[in-house]
Amino acid sequence: MSHSSLTQAFGLLLKRDLVLALRRRAEMVNPLLFFVLITSLFPLGFGADTSLLRAAGPGLIWVAALLAALLSLEGMFRSDFEDGTLEQILLSAHPVSVLVLAKVLAHWLVTGLPLILVAPLLGVLLALPTQAIEVLLLTLLLGTPVLSLIGAVGVGLTVGLRRGGVILSLLVLPLYVPVLIFASDAVATAAAGIPITAQLYILGAMLVLALSLAPLATAASLKISLS
Amino acid sequence: MNGQGIQLRASGLACIRDDRVLFSELDFTLGPGEVLLLEGRNGSGKTSLLRILCSIRLPDEGTVLWCDEDIQELGPDYHARLSYIGHRDGIKHDLTAQENLRMARALGTPDGRWSIDRALEAFGLYGFEDVPTRNLSAGQQRRVALSRLLITRAPLWILDEPFTSLDRHGIQAFEGVMERHTREGGMIVLTTHHRVRLADAPVHAINLSHES
Amino acid sequence: MITAFFHKLSSPKYFYGIAGRWIPWLGGACLLLTLAGLYQGLVVAPTDYQQGESYRIIYIHVPAAWMSLFIYMVMAGAGAIGLIWRIKLAEVIAISSAPIGASFTFLALITGSLWGKPMWGAWWVWDARLTSELLLLFLYLGVIALYNAVEDKRTASRAAAILAIVGVVNIPIIHYSVEWWNTLHQGPTVTKFDAPSIDIRMLIPLLIMAVAFKLYYVTVLLMRARCEVLERERNSKWAQALVTGK
Repeated sequence: MSHSSLTQAFGLLLKRDLVLALRRRAEMVNPLLFFVLITSLFPLGFGADTSLLRAAGPGLIWVAALLAALLSLEGMFRSDFEDGTLEQILLSAHPVSVLVLAKVLAHWLVTGLPLILVAPLLGVLLALPTQAIEVLLLTLLLGTPVLSLIGAVGVGLTVGLRRGGVILSLLVLPLYVPVLIFASDAVATAAAGIPITAQLYILGAMLVLALSLAPLATAASLKISLS
Repeated sequence: MNGQGIQLRASGLACIRDDRVLFSELDFTLGPGEVLLLEGRNGSGKTSLLRILCSIRLPDEGTVLWCDEDIQELGPDYHARLSYIGHRDGIKHDLTAQENLRMARALGTPDGRWSIDRALEAFGLYGFEDVPTRNLSAGQQRRVALSRLLITRAPLWILDEPFTSLDRHGIQAFEGVMERHTREGGMIVLTTHHRVRLADAPVHAINLSHES
Repeated sequence: MITAFFHKLSSPKYFYGIAGRWIPWLGGACLLLTLAGLYQGLVVAPTDYQQGESYRIIYIHVPAAWMSLFIYMVMAGAGAIGLIWRIKLAEVIAISSAPIGASFTFLALITGSLWGKPMWGAWWVWDARLTSELLLLFLYLGVIALYNAVEDKRTASRAAAILAIVGVVNIPIIHYSVEWWNTLHQGPTVTKFDAPSIDIRMLIPLLIMAVAFKLYYVTVLLMRARCEVLERERNSKWAQALVTGK
């Protein structure tokens, strides 16, 4: 009796989620649109004074990215929960935490990566200098996976609740604050021309910590939510 | 699939929901080739018991042993030995029947004797392999879900109302599948309102409405 | 003998009885220490040469902040014990601690704000300590909200425990992030390894209040835990006998 390998299961689950997202392409646009709209609202909200935008820009973009990530979180496990496929993942012959990682990776590719691709445009809208835009991309590359990973724990805890979305924000936002602080600080510091290796190392450390612990916590949360 | 030596044993199981003790001191032993039928009114805890046997739900008291090991300790090793069909079909409606079964096979222990197409054919779904399952009828979707049982090698089947939405043909076909499974030494635990008739398989029944 | 004691203690009925006997003593000790601490702090301790009399609010603010962190650790620890060994009493202690911890956090925020007004001229400043306390309050509220949102109380306890553990891992990260972000607050007045940078006559009332607050926590925890135990065991014989008076 041979198992299908764990790598095969991981790869197939990843592929399955990407295919499902592509088949509902319209829904993929929502977090992206949200990101662009929020960022565009700021200049409309408090004037197009370039120096003000430049000072506030790094923080604004990152807050917008955070909110867009939060908006897209609920979809991570909701549909699997409703059609019974989430149970099947929990009842798999493979460790749940690895399968969860596949789902989080798929989620990030669909919701986080587009933010990174669109960020340069937003950097220009908010008058960020070029070196700051580069750092913005780097922080988004390091930070958005952390948002997906931490968010996954929150979604795991609330997927079975009736109005889980409201509680989800309360649970997840305090945990997002460190990423917000270091990422926006990195971009602001880079805009001032100061080296930002420390902030990047810390963001990298957060990513590694999240990668190792979040899937385990998410698997435990899912088991509790589905019992 | 070797039928020797496998055994599912429940001892002292209790389940409490909404302050009501659904059942307590529940014991049973299931061996190769045997079928356990759970009966009882709606809300008597049949689904909860099935989920306890899957290890998805923790019992309020008691233990479940698979080959003398606690299923809570076994984790994925136990899951590799069981297939669960719940109330919900467990298939993604945006995927075709083939894609769904490919995923199910990767999640479990593949049975080399059954290809996906052959399994779908055995459930009368020939020609529907590459149709998105949302375009299938409820009965056909149920049959796609049941095909999972053929493409994975799991000695223990835990089935929650498997005959839902099936017509007479579907019911007969599935009873045949269940017979073959028990003949090969597999075990089945199921709940159903349908009168299950299986050749050569001892069917034990537990009525949960009398168990509190 | 100790393991036998803990085994007995984990029985809800035994806990209910023994907690009921301890509460008056702990409450009394708490009251005495609070009065002693307040007297020392408000009357005996000298005036600060920089801040005058308004510094005296630290006798509430600092112990409250210490308690807010301490209780979170207890909550996460009890939650972990309840999760791993499935001991009902640990679950009860964890969830009973949450509102108490949240209240201390709120108290720390309010007193911090009151302290800040004469010092910095504003009711709220985004300094590192206050911001960390604010985020800690959100963590507490999250645990309470999650527990209340799940219908089955056993499942609710397990979910809240996971959240508390995740929170505990994040507290140092949040703390250092916020410190990085802002350094307006004066340095810590009492640390274990440095000589305290405040006068010993100001330090003693602080430590008395810290112990008093701990006693307050334990007293109120036992009261809440007894209520929670009674509610969870309401279908058992001993609970019903208690309520109907045998």
